[in-house]
Amino acid sequence: MERIIKERSTQVHTIGTSAHDLDCEKKSLAGSVSQRACVFCGSRVVLYPIADALHLIHGPIGCAAYTWDIRGALSSGPQLHRLSFSTDLRERDVVFGGEPKLYTALTELIEAYKPKAAFVYSTCIVGVIGDDVEAVCRKVSAEQKIDVLPVMAEGFKGTKKDGYKAACDALAKLVGTDNEFQAPPFSINILGDFNLAGELWMLKEYYEKIGVNIITCLTGDGRINEIRQAHKASINVVQCSGSMMHLAKEMEEKYGIPFIKVSYFGIEDMADALYEVAGFFKNNEMLQKAKDLVSKEIKTLLPALAPFKEKLQGKKAAIYVGGAFKAISLVKALRLIGMKTVMVGSQTGNKDDYNLLKKLCDEGTIIVDDSNPNELSEFVKEKGVDLFIGGVKERPIAYKLGIGFCDHNHERKEALAGFEGMLNFANEVYASVTSPVWKFFKR
Amino acid sequence: MLLNHTTSKIVERKALTVNPAKTCQPVGAMYAALGIHGCLPHSHGSQGCCSYHRSTLTRHYKEPVMAATSSFTEGSSVFGGQANLLQAITNIFTIYEPDIIAVHSTCLSETIGDDLGQIVSKAASDGKIPEGKHVIQAPTPSYVGSHVTGYANMLEGIVKYFAKKSDNLKNQLNILSGWVEPSDMRELKRILKLMKVKNVLLPDTSDVLDSPMNGKFEMYPKGGTTIPEMVSMGDSLHTIALGEWATEKAAINLDNQCKVKFSMQDLPIGIQATDRFIQSLAKLGSVSVPESINDERGRLVDVITDMHQYLYGKRVALWGDPDQLIPLAEFLVDMDMKPVYIVSGTPGKTFEKRMEKILSKSVPEAKYKNGANADMFLMHQWIKENPVDLLIGNTYGKYISRDEKIPFVRMGFPIIDRIGHSYFPTLGYMGGLRILEKILSELMDQQDAACPEESFELVM
Repeated sequence: MERIIKERSTQVHTIGTSAHDLDCEKKSLAGSVSQRACVFCGSRVVLYPIADALHLIHGPIGCAAYTWDIRGALSSGPQLHRLSFSTDLRERDVVFGGEPKLYTALTELIEAYKPKAAFVYSTCIVGVIGDDVEAVCRKVSAEQKIDVLPVMAEGFKGTKKDGYKAACDALAKLVGTDNEFQAPPFSINILGDFNLAGELWMLKEYYEKIGVNIITCLTGDGRINEIRQAHKASINVVQCSGSMMHLAKEMEEKYGIPFIKVSYFGIEDMADALYEVAGFFKNNEMLQKAKDLVSKEIKTLLPALAPFKEKLQGKKAAIYVGGAFKAISLVKALRLIGMKTVMVGSQTGNKDDYNLLKKLCDEGTIIVDDSNPNELSEFVKEKGVDLFIGGVKERPIAYKLGIGFCDHNHERKEALAGFEGMLNFANEVYASVTSPVWKFFKR
Repeated sequence: MLLNHTTSKIVERKALTVNPAKTCQPVGAMYAALGIHGCLPHSHGSQGCCSYHRSTLTRHYKEPVMAATSSFTEGSSVFGGQANLLQAITNIFTIYEPDIIAVHSTCLSETIGDDLGQIVSKAASDGKIPEGKHVIQAPTPSYVGSHVTGYANMLEGIVKYFAKKSDNLKNQLNILSGWVEPSDMRELKRILKLMKVKNVLLPDTSDVLDSPMNGKFEMYPKGGTTIPEMVSMGDSLHTIALGEWATEKAAINLDNQCKVKFSMQDLPIGIQATDRFIQSLAKLGSVSVPESINDERGRLVDVITDMHQYLYGKRVALWGDPDQLIPLAEFLVDMDMKPVYIVSGTPGKTFEKRMEKILSKSVPEAKYKNGANADMFLMHQWIKENPVDLLIGNTYGKYISRDEKIPFVRMGFPIIDRIGHSYFPTLGYMGGLRILEKILSELMDQQDAACPEESFELVM
């Protein structure tokens, strides 16, 4: 591994051989071909699924163009979130300030679309030219009588993670604004699911079957009015801990709503999620229903997985995803279909996540934080990997190396959560790993 | 109805772009830089910019796209990004070992006043650029122009740095390519070879963004214009610049710097634009047009003749970049079609003049607009007022196509939901044939799917 940048050596760890703790939550080195994105990206992906809100991006056109309908976050109703709105700042605005343009754009948009609320994202340059986005939002909010929420997402202020926080800050202003609402018993909020490929709808069905009521999902298939009522839930069930922990913590502090961290990926984690919620409500009937549901699902799922497992037994996988919490579930799910994880990494994992991964994975597994294509391809070659799990930028690299690929990011086309999702996952992995195309070249 | 928000009443918008028909400069600079051999593009700004551009190019080409970033922090945005760029240059040459780093700026680094030229000179005088290695740069403020401007600025940066005039005039032409696909650059090379014209093509993304599967990940694929080729551009006989928006700056620079005169031409899309290209190649390269090229032209004209009844009078809406739209509109008119609506987010005054010349006589009802507010929302409103038979443009037209049930041919950047553009050119006579085939397939598929049973025809 001679081509790892010296300064990066503390962010790579091989289980059983390196003594040091994995260094993480560091800024990327200048000059690296990092797979990471920015603050704006983090806030945009989190808030994007709120379908009846207006999302206006205050900045030059790029930030809006690149985030136009890129996330398969499905809505059961309005599709307003899939349009791209930008103030399209020009040189003149950069010199004289973009506030008038922002004001006019917001007003025009709200009058035309009558959204339930508006999110205004400030981008890098807005932070530098000194537009008072908050003041413009306040003004328009007063005039139009709707919530206009600034999302302070200047790209350079940190990593995607800081963007998650900016998004949570904006959401926190909505939560608790509807006090009329009376929550039915056993009410929860789902935090950190984005309804990619309709996954939330599957989860909802599971929860409903065991007698749990969902007030809102933040933010998959999200609606402003439901978010306002979120503080009436008994518990927050948090997935993708990276993106929504801030809000969960804030709601705990402000409204005394406890939270649990769950994952919906893989049989074990999915079942645990249901059991934990039932356990929280200390309701035996609910727990029994959860057990029944799980055993019924497993009864059909395991035999369906068996043929895949047989073919995939002993194959090796590499994982490189946004958050490390997701990676933990992936390691377990891969095990369920007979596969071994030999490399696992994330863009923004924290110490706890990485320590968990260290415990979970076998000796010799490489764990890496904030990696780059060079490192990734070296690891993959060194370990003789058969499958790569990652996002849009990793896919073509894996294919060029002749390795199967599964998108576990925005571009997943099949639901991967829940029990059905596990079968989809196995099917997708199997199809890619055993594709006949691999026989046309030597690895 | 994904776009049920679009109203047919056209509202005057003052400060708002909805569903843009453009993106920002840096992605163009990145694409242009990928067309020189052994080059790592570098984005001087926040990490997100680089990530977005790489993702967009990856979605369009289904290929790995490598680029580095200065990874701006709050500190860099206050104290300037010089330290980041200097460190980046050192790191990149140590780890990624490119021959060339092509730095472009972003809205952030431009606004805080970073001077790329000055920082790169400092890197050179501090000995941070190893011998035989190069750092080139281009300013690409995202709030000026569009992605095409970024491409143009990087091309200018490349020739400014590399092209040298020596005493030995070379018997070759410079071909500055506008923003086209790897397949098109390959097609240009094929035509030039058939014409027996010695040349340097800049940039050249073939064998970079259409690289074969061989079980290896290559940071620097084999394609791209080489350094000796770029240096020699200063000694060429003449420059043919294809596409005013993308190549004029570089062509002017070559003229000023090395006294290589240039001819500004359209991208060779369709019959007339390709005729002009071939004629100037023949004249400037002092060669005659081989029969094989005349035959290609003849075959294209032949197919238009055969299928004219399906083309005649069809109303077409197009969007994209001016360099493509101008010759494409001309081609459509030549095929007796009616390009009635045309939008481009890319500003530039000659757009209207050129379109007027092409359209005023044959399609007087045509509406065209570029620059501010010339977006897909406006396009959709025009279509709602009075529909069209066909859409031609990048992937973002698919919403309109679905909602309004209009056949749709994908052309332009980005195409993130279909393949083919990397492999099958739209330039030259053969490219014209491909455009024609795609148009006919879409129109005739639609006819087959929608016509009443009694008029469903076997022979068409």
